[in-house]
Amino acid sequence: MEKRVTFRSAWLPYALLAPQLAITVVFFFWPAFQAVWFSFQLQDAFGLSTQFVWFDNFIALFGERNYWASFRTTAIFSFSVAALSISIALLLAVMADRVVRGALVYKTILIWPYAVAAAVAAVLWSFMFAPSIGIITYVLKGLGVDWNWVLKGDQAMLLVVIASAWKQIPHNFLFFLAGLQSIPKSLIEAAAIDGAGPARRFWSIVVPLLSPVTFFLLVVDIVYAFFETFGVIDATTQGGPAQATQILVYKVYYDGMKAADIGGSSAQSVILMIIVIGLTAIQFRYIERKVHY
Amino acid sequence: MAGVAIRDVHKSFGPVKVIQGISMDIADGEFVVMVGPSGCGKSTLLRMVAGLESITSGEIAIGERVVNELEPKDRDIAMVFQNYALYPHMSVYQNMAYGLRIQGRPKAEIEKRVQRAAEILELDKLLKRRPRELSGGQRQRVAMGRAIVREPKVFLFDEPLSNLDAKLRVQMRSELQALHQRLKTTTLYVTHDQVEAMTLAHRMMVMNAGRAEQIGAPLEVYQKPATTFVAAFIGSPPMNLIPGRIAQGGKVLAHDGEISVRLPEPRPALEGRDVLLGVRPEHFETCAQSEALLSPDIDFLELLGSDSLVYGHLGADKQGMRVAARLHISILAKEGRLPLRFSAEHVHLFDPESTRRIED
Repeated sequence: MEKRVTFRSAWLPYALLAPQLAITVVFFFWPAFQAVWFSFQLQDAFGLSTQFVWFDNFIALFGERNYWASFRTTAIFSFSVAALSISIALLLAVMADRVVRGALVYKTILIWPYAVAAAVAAVLWSFMFAPSIGIITYVLKGLGVDWNWVLKGDQAMLLVVIASAWKQIPHNFLFFLAGLQSIPKSLIEAAAIDGAGPARRFWSIVVPLLSPVTFFLLVVDIVYAFFETFGVIDATTQGGPAQATQILVYKVYYDGMKAADIGGSSAQSVILMIIVIGLTAIQFRYIERKVHY
Repeated sequence: MAGVAIRDVHKSFGPVKVIQGISMDIADGEFVVMVGPSGCGKSTLLRMVAGLESITSGEIAIGERVVNELEPKDRDIAMVFQNYALYPHMSVYQNMAYGLRIQGRPKAEIEKRVQRAAEILELDKLLKRRPRELSGGQRQRVAMGRAIVREPKVFLFDEPLSNLDAKLRVQMRSELQALHQRLKTTTLYVTHDQVEAMTLAHRMMVMNAGRAEQIGAPLEVYQKPATTFVAAFIGSPPMNLIPGRIAQGGKVLAHDGEISVRLPEPRPALEGRDVLLGVRPEHFETCAQSEALLSPDIDFLELLGSDSLVYGHLGADKQGMRVAARLHISILAKEGRLPLRFSAEHVHLFDPESTRRIED
């Protein structure tokens, strides 16, 4: 017996798919295609003439020191965001998993930051860390730390990493919590009887069993840090100071919108597209196979 | 090796009293089965011995040591779980070696002990596999292997066979028995299956609603059930419990003034007393009408080949006094009255108020 639904009509399946396909084509394929098209073109600054230049934009891009610097910035930024949000989320999930009373309240509160818009989150954190009026700046000054992210690149990086990671923690927390709850309790009990203390149980049983979830989150978080952190950066550092926080996606925006280099900016977004396709492929390929059990 | 002493143990989850005062002394090397319907507290009691549940009041000792406040790892026990609880990310070898590695044993010793356990359980060819690559019976063996490599003082089994199919269960049951004869480790075993309890136990504890209804050797429990609960729980189909009053100088059991069963041996001492008369279905035999002690109306039959189960009732009310009999004849009338008798040694009398056995 064929269990799937089969259509006898030739056109009905296409008609049913049409709305979804239309949206995908109009909002995804068309812009993507345009980006690819623009990336092969060179425009003058006033947009009066356009020239087809093959791979010149890409060649120019890879010869540019700033672009490689932005790559490095992005790598540092996204791995920091992923590592920070994954480790804190795991810690919170492990603790939430042990809470017996008021568990629901605790979990609900932990999920709130996810609902905060990126720009709002960024403004929130930049207020707290503001060089002149920020409360954390004040505390840091008391501890003898000279905090001024407007001037210091590494501090600016730290700020955007914290703000971006904070927003991603609830997402990771939810996945870890679900992952923890799917580990049978008897496994932990068996390990306890085998003589493993809480720390040992965590590292030798819980962490390996969560590894598929962790891997999934690592990929998702990197994609998040690559693309969705635009709002955080734009609302705080705007890529500065001295491009210390200019991640790739912000550079695309800056070069295309502010510097009016449509061709170069499109070339960058094509490269970003290839990166995200690669990340997605990795995720699909390994997420089902790397599962431990 | 050590015995286990359970002394007036209670357990409450909030207001719910799960264990209500259980005591038992388990000798070194004894195989004790705790049996009862689900929710009777048998698993909770086992988990209290393991240290996975706290003890509300009372005392549990393993060997000479009171273990109430000890962590599971310090109690020198090993436990086999119903769902096996194998570590899915470890090979069979790693599963069995895990406890020894935590103890910090030398590698050579770990290998020797795992190898020995694997040979006992015929797992030597599977050591490199992951649990998901094993069948149910093999997983069960790995779980036992993990318990025996640690050479604990006490084995705890929590319904270890209930996830297996019927055929495998019978096989694993005899393997468990053989294993115990070989290792002679004190064993506490929880099950809801009376056949497992009867076949495996040196002594069994029949539990109901957080209490021990009876503690004794399997045959003793079968032959002299202490309460109506035990009488009905052990044996299949369950023991017939016919209500009535002893009358006519202890010769008959009467119900609403009508004689329902005649007794094989008069019990004049009980004259006028309300009782429950217990007779096991397998202790009935057919006879001539003149010798019959009771003659139930047949309701329906189950032919099992080797023997037949007859279900009937006494008196006019069909829903009233049900009687089941296991008879060694295959051809029977499908309706009418069935004359039955039973011998005096198979009579059990219980007090309907306290449900306790009335001693001879």
